[in-house]
Amino acid sequence: MDKLVTPFQIKGLRDGLLITLAKGEWELLEPALLEHIRSQQAFFSGARVALDVGSVPFRVNELSALRDKLSEQGVSLWAILSESPVTEQTAQLLGLATRISKPRPEEQRKYASEDLGEESALFVSKTVRSGNRIQFPGHVVVMGDVNPGAEIIADGNIIVWGRARGLIHAGANGNTDAVICALDLSPMQLRIADELATNLSDLHEKPVPEIATLNGEGKLSTEPWQPS
Amino acid sequence: MSAKIVTITSGKGGVGKTTAVANIAVALASEGLKVCCLDGDIGLRNLDVVMGLENRIVYDLVDVIEGRCRLRQAMIRDKRLPEMYLIPAAQTRDKSAVSPSDMVRLCEELRSEVDWVLIDSPAGIERGFRNAIAGADQVVIITNPEVSAVRDADRVIGLLEAEEKASPALIINRLNPFMVKNHDMLSAEDVLDLLAIELIGIVPEDENVIVGTNRGTPIALDPKSKAGQAFRNVAKRLLGQTVQFIDLDTQGTLWARIQRLTGTK
Repeated sequence: MDKLVTPFQIKGLRDGLLITLAKGEWELLEPALLEHIRSQQAFFSGARVALDVGSVPFRVNELSALRDKLSEQGVSLWAILSESPVTEQTAQLLGLATRISKPRPEEQRKYASEDLGEESALFVSKTVRSGNRIQFPGHVVVMGDVNPGAEIIADGNIIVWGRARGLIHAGANGNTDAVICALDLSPMQLRIADELATNLSDLHEKPVPEIATLNGEGKLSTEPWQPS
Repeated sequence: MSAKIVTITSGKGGVGKTTAVANIAVALASEGLKVCCLDGDIGLRNLDVVMGLENRIVYDLVDVIEGRCRLRQAMIRDKRLPEMYLIPAAQTRDKSAVSPSDMVRLCEELRSEVDWVLIDSPAGIERGFRNAIAGADQVVIITNPEVSAVRDADRVIGLLEAEEKASPALIINRLNPFMVKNHDMLSAEDVLDLLAIELIGIVPEDENVIVGTNRGTPIALDPKSKAGQAFRNVAKRLLGQTVQFIDLDTQGTLWARIQRLTGTK
């Protein structure tokens, strides 16, 4: 038996090849992979490849360089599977798929979360801009603004330490006890569970912190926070 | 020489990317710097027209990338200024003729030739935009004080953050002080409040800018124009100088005074 473990596994899928990389340094894996493809050119030429990179974080320039290198070998990269949210985001930016027909269980979660005991929360420490969507199966805390065109969707509560002006959806899995708090709550659309409210443009001259909940009749209502 | 490479982009079309590139290039070249503009809008080239160099195109960007000419051959010299050049886009091809890595290579080659490279990005966030920002050291976002343009600018800033580019700078173009005063237009403060990035220029609306682009004479060549002055100030700020924002307050203008005297306002 060869002592060295193969650095990658190649599997045929219905619509192309799936290459799963072993755990290890990308600096070592990449040349091995490219060399293998080069040596088996007849087999790989024209192939449609999905690459499972495990937890290796890829930046845009690295991933696009890889795609260029593969395409020089006649291999078209169409999907990147990864446990790293950085890599997933990168792949999406480059227009690559991030899941293949049979999703792996860990892909159910868009963001990996630390186990915080009973409940988990995602902390976002930057302004969420138009076109960005943050979806999380727990609570979400944003330290920054949520700009118009951005979306925050959480199964739990949402707290925005800043201006909430995009789409905010708490209790997305149907939790009617979820709440939304923001220093300035003037979103384009507010949702808690299946309730929806629009036109929440601020009535206050100066923004005041507000909290949105579902009231007794199951309707959305907002209340300013008053220091007592 | 090691050039600084700046891409001007906006997301939305028609906000003044090409006009800004031409004018900032003129302003930088007037400071005695060697400037090269690169038209990244392959298939819909405009920068050559705005700079008045249309009839001198022999080779273009795609010719350089595909090796049909040397870089120097594609650099059209603008004779109005000592050291200003344009590399035009190809008109008969499309965005897919160039890849981001091609652009990075081209930018690196240009870096040793000039002091400043200004890249005119196409509208949108697809391939052409990716190409335009690939080699940039700095990105300048240009927007109009309109909700739609600001929304697109915000989206582009988000994409740049994801690419881990340095934080972009902002130019607000075509601001009409009268309309702002009457609350009919977003103010510079409103725009900055949302985008929260460094402001390097506010350019007032001025119909002479359109006249200039039609004639191929960028307004920054006109020492009397306020819009031209605004673009010259942008260039100075890019060079690291601290320049006061020009006073766009309408109080002092003759028209405002008449309005105040006659009580029409």
